[in-house]
Amino acid sequence: MSVLLGLLHTGLGTVLDILPIVLIIFGFQFLYLKRPLPNLKKVLLGFAYVLVGLAFFLEGLELALFPLGKTMATQLTDPGFLGIANPDEVHWSDYHWVYAFAFAIGFATTVAEPALLAVAIKANEVSGGTISIWGLRTAVALGVALGLVLGTWRIVTGYPLHWFIISGYAIVVVQTVFAPRTIIALAYDSGGVTTSTVTVPLVAALGLGLASTIPGRSPLVDGFGLIAFASLFPMLTVMAHAQIAHWRSKRKSSRSLEN
Amino acid sequence: MIRFRQPKSLQPILDSLRDLAPIILVVAAFQLLVIRQPLPNLFDLLLGILFVAIGLSLFVKGLEMGLFPIGQSMAQSFARKGSVLWLLLFAFALGFGTTVAEPALIAIADEASRIAASGNLIPQSTDAMQRYALGLRYTVALSVGLAIVLGVIRILKGWPIHWLIISGYACIIVITEFAPREIIGIAYDSGGVTTSTITVPLVTALGVGLASSIKGRNPMIDGFGLIAFASLTPIMFVMVYGMVVH
Repeated sequence: MSVLLGLLHTGLGTVLDILPIVLIIFGFQFLYLKRPLPNLKKVLLGFAYVLVGLAFFLEGLELALFPLGKTMATQLTDPGFLGIANPDEVHWSDYHWVYAFAFAIGFATTVAEPALLAVAIKANEVSGGTISIWGLRTAVALGVALGLVLGTWRIVTGYPLHWFIISGYAIVVVQTVFAPRTIIALAYDSGGVTTSTVTVPLVAALGLGLASTIPGRSPLVDGFGLIAFASLFPMLTVMAHAQIAHWRSKRKSSRSLEN
Repeated sequence: MIRFRQPKSLQPILDSLRDLAPIILVVAAFQLLVIRQPLPNLFDLLLGILFVAIGLSLFVKGLEMGLFPIGQSMAQSFARKGSVLWLLLFAFALGFGTTVAEPALIAIADEASRIAASGNLIPQSTDAMQRYALGLRYTVALSVGLAIVLGVIRILKGWPIHWLIISGYACIIVITEFAPREIIGIAYDSGGVTTSTITVPLVTALGVGLASSIKGRNPMIDGFGLIAFASLTPIMFVMVYGMVVH
């Protein structure tokens, strides 16, 4: 019963979320383009789907993905589970299962991401085949996985987030100078593509859960930031991958010239 | 690994479950092999995962029926023949409207308001929390709108993308110096959160339509540049929001 009430309540809220885009689309359609909408019935039904879908999604997040992320964080950092006698003397390496989980969740969700496959196919075309589809998918997935490992390590150790992100930016800038021109826009984009609508809440909950269970951390200061890592690192690995692929194909062609 | 080649409109609920499958697999593996403790509220978890699958598939199906075709044809017709002023106005409105409706952003903003309230940054009332979450979302939406405007101007003028991105980085570094520590994490995260289900297809349609109607622009490179902007500006704007509110 409470679930149904929650759905209804969320459903009413989502009307307000959808309203701006509805007003914008219809407003521009009628005021500027001055054309009646084709298939009005289908469009209205579509909006009804969007409303109901959003309500279900948000309610499902509260029931499943947020608690799941927090539960995993609590269970994986539990001193009893880690076999730590004195919780005051925890070394960052004691939390190895947290890093393993972060890596696994980052890699698995990214490799299976449909948006990434589309980008990978385009990258393959643009590069004239030097960048393979699987190579790029692995590069992005490794990027997200390593980003999350570093991000969870940062939460455990408590170093300031912006040190990491700003150093990451510096590396991106340096790589931009050396990377093949055609890959740059794709690499910049791969950061935004990878963090899907279901991964974001789970990863955010994991970070907040870690920050509230690890002694000395506060969710307010340390909890957020994992998504930033997950969006930054793919840029680094994709450009690195493109550079390596470029360099390899160059070496191959120069070698075949020698023969 | 399985190769995914399915038609888009077919079996949307299976698609959503496939999005969730890696999460379920990894969590199940850790639960069964590593943690070996019963999960609390297993029924709620399963119900919630079912809700997420149903919700996401209905949401995407609805977008494909109504918003996407209209938005895409509109973006293309604005890109082809609209005057520059109307084009920029539309670009802003599109960025703003799609971001406000972005599901992941709604969820993260709510979570952020809960964390802020429990940390006594804002009063612990539902009213204050809702205002904080809404403020956060409208700040992000405003910044995405401006990012799209800037991106459209860039396509019109043909400026190279990396100079703008690198100046964006520089701005972020400067603002970070002055921002309160509590907002930095949310600000940096908001960049990745904003560009997702609704924003990417509509904004890409605008960019690609625009780039293919102007001579000498590459639709692919310029269409994607807009998203890169839209993940940078929220970082700056949310930090400024934090300075004002905290």
